[in-house]
Amino acid sequence: MKDLMLQVEPLIPALRRYARALVRNRANADDLVQDCLERAVSRWNQRRDGDVRSWLFSILHNLAIDQFRKISGRGRHITVDETSEDDLSDTAAQEHRLMYQDVLNKLAKLPEEQRSVLLLVAVEDLSYADAAKVLNIPVGTVMSRLSRARERLQQEIEGTMDTTQTNVVQMRSER
Amino acid sequence: MNHRPITEDDLHAYVDHVLEPERRAEVAAYLGSHPDVAKRVAAFTDQRQVLRAALGPIAEEPLPAELNLSRIIEQRARGRFPVRWAMAAMLLLSIGGLGGWSVRSALQAPPSGLVALGQEAAVSYGVYAPDRVRPVEVRASESAQLLQWVSERLHRPVKVPDLTTSGYRLMGGRLVATSHGPAAMFMYDDDHGSRIVVLTRPMSSADQNAPMTPQSHDDVAGFAWADDGMGYSLIGHATPESLRPIANEVRRQARSI
Repeated sequence: MKDLMLQVEPLIPALRRYARALVRNRANADDLVQDCLERAVSRWNQRRDGDVRSWLFSILHNLAIDQFRKISGRGRHITVDETSEDDLSDTAAQEHRLMYQDVLNKLAKLPEEQRSVLLLVAVEDLSYADAAKVLNIPVGTVMSRLSRARERLQQEIEGTMDTTQTNVVQMRSER
Repeated sequence: MNHRPITEDDLHAYVDHVLEPERRAEVAAYLGSHPDVAKRVAAFTDQRQVLRAALGPIAEEPLPAELNLSRIIEQRARGRFPVRWAMAAMLLLSIGGLGGWSVRSALQAPPSGLVALGQEAAVSYGVYAPDRVRPVEVRASESAQLLQWVSERLHRPVKVPDLTTSGYRLMGGRLVATSHGPAAMFMYDDDHGSRIVVLTRPMSSADQNAPMTPQSHDDVAGFAWADDGMGYSLIGHATPESLRPIANEVRRQARSI
């Protein structure tokens, strides 16, 4: 159990970040992380050798996908948290915040499978091989989704896509 | 000059900083002579930086108690069922209010763990908080004496929580009797005269460690939890939302003994 604490605890902030970026609603995201940690604790002795980080991310990712399926099955939307009360007063910081909010809104328009790859690779610093393990897909698919994700996000940023603002997470999944 | 052609994968690996230095230099040279590709790669690099900057602060946020790993491990070690049962039982007790005795006999099992602790705190609050003559036995001005007394009787070093930052002053305390032995009760009031009590005693066997659990008994509410065999319950005539930060503060101070 000491082993578990040492290896899992430092990763919790990154798990929260990934969950929040995927589902965007703080309470939902933290619920997912809590489920993930509970599973990690109960399955700690059954895990296969290998990177604890990709193991945790794959538990979390699968929980998130299950949640997406349930929600899209019910045709419901998840509301997005307004950015937390902020006390940033200087204009530069405000502008940054708006820009960040904007890019996250645009990221939310990507299909889930592209969003996950981009987040795991570009934000969580997983290797392409580890991202493939987490998502249970071949590395070649990671690369093609990554490429499509970046192209698509760039189109959103340059405004060549539909530019209507959304505060709703896109739940579509491309097969 | 490079011999291997530069692929789309190389460009992404360049953006993600995962190329070997040699290959990285080859890609950089390629970008130097292909401005269109370079522009795309620069855009991807910007995306990556903005995403990291936008999401980075989430990882800096303090973890909520639900994500405390040692707590999750403890809950699993105890089995989650008893915790849920305890909460359900507490709800039943709250329906019965201080008439919890009849519920108790109906359940055929004496309350233990947090349930019992929360009930004791609510009863103590009900008896002593409305008392205008002698709500406490030892006054705050003699808190050293109070500490020595209760620590001796509980066989544990007890610390009186300082809740001045939450707007509550220590009035004093007393020893109260519970079916699980002596407990220390501390009473506080704020500028409006609202009183809260903190009850603490060693836990018998159940719930040696337990997360903060909300409770309500009629119009009083509060929280109970246990750390390392010591149980704590904070009760007041206020909303759970207003009491929770105070309970957190009590727990924080107790853990820093």
